[in-house]
Amino acid sequence: MDTRTETASARTLVLDVPGWPGHLAGQHVDVRLTAADGYTAQRSYSIASPADGDHLELLVQLVPGGEVSPYLVEGFSIGDAVEIRGPIGGWFVWNPATSGEPVLLVGGGSGIAPLMAMVRARRAAASRTPFRLVYSVRAPDQVIYADELVRQSADGLDVTLVHTRLAPPGSTRPAGRIGVEDLGRPTGSAPDCFVCGPTGFVESVADMLVGLGHDPARIRTERFGPSGG
Amino acid sequence: MTDYLDGNVLAGPLREVFGVDLTTAGTRCVGCGQAAHVAELRVFTDAPGIVARCSGCDNVIMRLVRTPDAAWLDLRGTTALRVPLG
Repeated sequence: MDTRTETASARTLVLDVPGWPGHLAGQHVDVRLTAADGYTAQRSYSIASPADGDHLELLVQLVPGGEVSPYLVEGFSIGDAVEIRGPIGGWFVWNPATSGEPVLLVGGGSGIAPLMAMVRARRAAASRTPFRLVYSVRAPDQVIYADELVRQSADGLDVTLVHTRLAPPGSTRPAGRIGVEDLGRPTGSAPDCFVCGPTGFVESVADMLVGLGHDPARIRTERFGPSGG
Repeated sequence: MTDYLDGNVLAGPLREVFGVDLTTAGTRCVGCGQAAHVAELRVFTDAPGIVARCSGCDNVIMRLVRTPDAAWLDLRGTTALRVPLG
């Protein structure tokens, strides 16, 4: 059990899960905490790492006033035990062994986590599948995995950052919500699309993708909401 | 309408009942006939239990309530459940 600070409010939990059966990029786990008095609280977190033995990385975004995330972000120490159930979910997944189609990933905020598992699975498999990531964040200091994304862009991963509130100095794109021009029309071989973020974000991106001519049957979405706490 | 999630959040609770992943299973809405995978349903988790609705007509497809010793699953809104196997 180890942790890494990603941004002021997001933290990676690095877990060692003996006997972990492996997982597909995009799957999640349920994390259960039990208090001394027996009270339990459970939340779902996306796995951000590709399958790698007993090694598991989860991304936890601090939800102020939440019941579980403040503990995981601020109260958790190296060596602490936590109850994990999973891997869970077979829909919002990308498998390099069975999919050769280009991939378009669209993430909002901490919705980057399952998409990052796909990016990392692509690299781990030395896949040549064209990947494009459009990543919406409020401000430059909220880009989770910033360094790693820069490194990977040399590896055939096309990354577009969309800043909604504050753009970095020198940016040609003014800060603003994600729009059709950020997503682009499908060209050549149409991509499999994976969209993850808050409900409103996913809803509007999915509508834009359909409007741009993407096949609705190839758009997979994962929404997370206030129940995340 | 309040914020909803999608059927991906049903993966854990349904697997507890069935032992397999049901989010890739197909449904067909009794109300409007729209076909959808369980993962594509609109899911409301702030009700007592979990309610999954059709994205086409808002019809209730399924409800799941977990009590300390049982799970209640109401599948009134889908004509069938097609579960991929093998």
